[in-house]
Amino acid sequence: MIENIGIEQFLILSTLMFFIGVYGFLVRKNLITMLMSVELILNAVNINFVAFNKYYYPENLQGHFFAMFVIAIAATEVAVAIAIIISLYRKIRTIDVEQVDEMKY
Amino acid sequence: MEVVLFYIMAGLILVFSVLTVTSRRILRAAVYLLFVLIAAAGLFFIQQFAFLAAVQLTLYAGGIIVLIIFSVMLTSHVSEKLDAVSFKKASFALVACIAGAVVCISTILSYPFPKPTNGEVDASMKAIGTSLLGYKENGFALPFEVISILLLAAMLGAIIIAKRTEK
Repeated sequence: MIENIGIEQFLILSTLMFFIGVYGFLVRKNLITMLMSVELILNAVNINFVAFNKYYYPENLQGHFFAMFVIAIAATEVAVAIAIIISLYRKIRTIDVEQVDEMKY
Repeated sequence: MEVVLFYIMAGLILVFSVLTVTSRRILRAAVYLLFVLIAAAGLFFIQQFAFLAAVQLTLYAGGIIVLIIFSVMLTSHVSEKLDAVSFKKASFALVACIAGAVVCISTILSYPFPKPTNGEVDASMKAIGTSLLGYKENGFALPFEVISILLLAAMLGAIIIAKRTEK
C-alpha cells in the first residue's frame, strides 16, 4: 500500500524536480525552453499539493483542487506566452532572450 | 507493488527532467517533458486521484505539449541545435540550485512529520463535482468561476496578441 512510501520521499522528489526546473530557467536562453522549465516547476508543486492531501487531509479534496487550478492557470499561461513568442518571432525573427530587448528604452 | 511503481516513476521524472533542461535540441526537450508529465500522472494514479491524473494526461500531456511542439516548429528549424551553455553560467546556476536543494532537503529530513492519517480519499466523480460547485464548507464554486473567466480572458488575449496586424 501507499503507507510504505513516506511523505518525505514525495517531498524530496518534488524538491529535486523544482530545482532542476530552476536550473533550466537560469541556464536556457531560448524562450520556449524557459517556458518548459516553468512547466517543470509547476508540476513539482502539484506533486507536493497532492501528497499532502493524500497523507494528512484525506477527508476533503483541497490539495486536489489546488492542483487542478494550478493546471488550469498553467494552460492559460502557456497559451498567452506562446502567442507572445509567435508575434515576437514575426517581428524580429528571433526568440533568444538576449536579443529580445525591443521594448527597452 | 506501489513502492516499486513509485520508484520507477520517480526515476523517470528525475532522468527526463534533467534531459529536458540539458538537451540541445528543442524538439527533443519537448518530448522529454512529455515523459516527465506522463510519469507525474502515474504518481497521481498511485495515490488514487484518478480524475486529476486524467486531467494531467489530457490537458498537460495532450494540450500543452502539442502547443509547445507547434511553437517550436513555427519558430525554429527541426534539426537546429542550441548553442552550448557557457561553463561559467552553468556552474553558477548549478551551485545555486544544489545549495537550494540541500537546504530544502535537509529541512524536510529534519522536520518531524506527524503520522499520516490513513483515511480513504473519496476522489470519485460525484465527490469532485459536488465539491467543485458547492458554496458551503469545502466548496470551490467561487475559484471555479474565477478560473473560467481567467481562461476566457487569456484566450481572447492570446488571439489578439497573435493576430497579424495590417500595416
